[in-house]
Amino acid sequence: MTLSTLWFILIGLLFAIFLFLEGFDFGVGMSTRFLAKDEAERAAIMSTIGPHWDGNETWLVTAGGAMFASLPLWYASLFSGYYILFLLVLVGLILRGVSFEFHKHAETATGRNLWMWTFFVGSILPPFFLCMILLSMVQGIPMNANGDAFPQFFDVVNLLSIVGGVAGVLLSLVHGLNFIRLRMDGPLRERARKLNQILYPILFLGEVVFAVLVFLQTDFFTKRFASSLFITVLIVLFSLLGYYGVLKNREGFSFIGSGLSLSMVIVLLFNGLFPRVMIATNPAHSILIKNAANSQYTLTIMTIVACILVPIVAIYFIWSYSLFTKRINPRENTVKY
Amino acid sequence: MLGIGLSVLSLARFQFAMTTVFHFFFVPFSIGMGFLVAIMETIYAVKKDKVYLDMAKFWGKIFLLSFAVGIVTGIIQEFQFGMNWSEYSRFMGDVFGAPLAIEALLAFFIESVFIGIWMFTWDRFKPGVHAFMIWMTSIGTMLSAIWILAANSFMQHPTGFKINPTTHRIQLTDFGAVVANPQLWRVFPHVILAAFMTAAVVITGMSAYGLLRKKKDENHFFKTSLRFSLWASLIFAILSAVAGDLQTQQIIKDQPMKFAATEGIYKDTKDPAPWTIVESIDAKNHKSSHEIEVPGVLSILAYHKLSGSVKGMDTINKELHAKYDKKFGKDMNYYVPPKTLFWSFRVMTGIDALIMLVSIVGLFFSRKKKDTIENHKWMLVILGLCIWVPFIGNSAGWFITEFGRYPWIVYGLFTIAQAVSPTSTVATLLFSNIIYLLLFTLLGGVMVWYSRQTLHHGPYYEEADSKQNVDPFAKEAFGK
Repeated sequence: MTLSTLWFILIGLLFAIFLFLEGFDFGVGMSTRFLAKDEAERAAIMSTIGPHWDGNETWLVTAGGAMFASLPLWYASLFSGYYILFLLVLVGLILRGVSFEFHKHAETATGRNLWMWTFFVGSILPPFFLCMILLSMVQGIPMNANGDAFPQFFDVVNLLSIVGGVAGVLLSLVHGLNFIRLRMDGPLRERARKLNQILYPILFLGEVVFAVLVFLQTDFFTKRFASSLFITVLIVLFSLLGYYGVLKNREGFSFIGSGLSLSMVIVLLFNGLFPRVMIATNPAHSILIKNAANSQYTLTIMTIVACILVPIVAIYFIWSYSLFTKRINPRENTVKY
Repeated sequence: MLGIGLSVLSLARFQFAMTTVFHFFFVPFSIGMGFLVAIMETIYAVKKDKVYLDMAKFWGKIFLLSFAVGIVTGIIQEFQFGMNWSEYSRFMGDVFGAPLAIEALLAFFIESVFIGIWMFTWDRFKPGVHAFMIWMTSIGTMLSAIWILAANSFMQHPTGFKINPTTHRIQLTDFGAVVANPQLWRVFPHVILAAFMTAAVVITGMSAYGLLRKKKDENHFFKTSLRFSLWASLIFAILSAVAGDLQTQQIIKDQPMKFAATEGIYKDTKDPAPWTIVESIDAKNHKSSHEIEVPGVLSILAYHKLSGSVKGMDTINKELHAKYDKKFGKDMNYYVPPKTLFWSFRVMTGIDALIMLVSIVGLFFSRKKKDTIENHKWMLVILGLCIWVPFIGNSAGWFITEFGRYPWIVYGLFTIAQAVSPTSTVATLLFSNIIYLLLFTLLGGVMVWYSRQTLHHGPYYEEADSKQNVDPFAKEAFGK
């Protein structure tokens, strides 16, 4: 395996970790409207990810940085090609990122309400548009020989990209609710389970539609039938595991299941992309990993750096989660850690 | 050359300037606040003097506000290279991506994880252990500055690379040379010390406002803060000036045009070179009137000795044409915007001098023997007004760095005009510019508003956490 392929896999891994972690952050943000009944509950829900969301978001920043550092031609084509959509992702991330701190300082009901709404909106936009970008891209878009992507309106907005965006949002919401079940106590914990009982059947329907559309609209199943099918089955199986956890009240199972479902979506897309990174309608203009990659020298340095730093990051990252395990119950006013 | 005409290039440049300048309001401030708060908490851990705990907590709140805005405006930067400057990303990917990725892995993770721990564990750890969390955050912010400045320094003064003959893109040949870039180790101290100074000046100003309110129970708190930050602002103002001076020595070697423009020199100066404090520049006709001159000083600034003439922009322009015409054509304009640079430099250095002066006067009036600063209302008002000053100074410094590189995006290798995304259109760029402008106005306004409100409440305001989490009207909702 070449270093550039290794970095393609690593970028996929970073995105998968990002979706696993930020997925529940996004879902928790959405739950403030779908689950909470009043201001106090919303604030309690928000506080479950207070210490974590920033670290989780850093996985996205790292994935973007890794893309730039290893496959810059992919980075350049993707980000410039999907300009407006990335702008909307950014707007979402900005609105969400400030809402924690601003909400803390708001002293009027209107103020708190405003930052709760930015929290909510900022938690929906990024997963929706990120999934939309990815699922538009894998269908193949007009590109030129320089690698510039010119996706037209219906390349960006079509059935698969919209279903993908909605599926990303729904999966994030389900995942967020599973996280709330792990981290909270009292009526919210039970309500989250009940809401997921309703959401999972919808999710399964969405996953089937999604799989059919991926089959029809991309070349994944013609190019890599066995692996694509296997990963698609895994997405559904992990969702089933999550659903089993909902029915049997096994919160750990649910959380792992929904998180891995999200990660597997990335695995499916990266598996289908390989060995390309951008798919052009004219196959001659598709960008291949080996053409998008940096020099062997740079990749070697980055590989060494990543081998040293990623395990260290993982250690203190996991340790930081272990510090916050006490369940939050808005009724007992124990939101402060 | 600074036209704000609606072309893709000018809009992309405007957007980069707007987003980085706005980001750079909060970055130095956050770096400095993290550092100063870490020192406060350490003093508490060592001396067990409770006022330092109160200080760490109170100024920590301002730090967190600034940090939040810093993060969200920072993520724009990482996306922006791909979105607006895709040709740049293709050309520079082999060199530029590495420091960016290392910044994320090494700095952003430390920062984001440890700040999350720090802000929620005041009651859980011993003071020393808790102070460790803010130190990690602070070190993370500084590491982040090193790596992004490493990337920027390469753009100012490329080292350790070759141009790949088939792809015509930059190829890294010596990573060590990128990290050891002399530009980096000149600019980093200057930036980091100015960051410490920025935070110190803000703490000073806010403490002065606090003292103006004349609340007895807060007097000790604000006075301790004031003296702490006055010392810090004095020390760091001096040190950042020294560091800036060292950086100048490097600039005159690597980017003579930038230096000549900051001094508004078109023709070569006499030897020793006089320093012009004020002048009017006629950029069209390449003339400048040297209105107030101090003989010999420019030689000292440029070479640290009392002799040596400084090359003017006209001469440098000729040299650059001789050097680059083969590759970039005869039509290149190598003049950087002289007025912007000339005045930015004077604003930046003037502000630094002003801060030194104000800090000394402030220290005099708050000296231990005759501690009467609260009786000098005018002094407190001046200190309060100074809050805004370092932000202007930081932006001015940033202007010199970035405008002074014109017309290059990577010095001598790649022009700004070559770098812009071929896919960008005026419509999309205009749209994103408007969105960013609206968002930034909102974020900046709210951040200032909440900082003001925090100050208004003072350090001993019991932030009723309960008000957020227990709503008396919500009891029925839970009762079911």
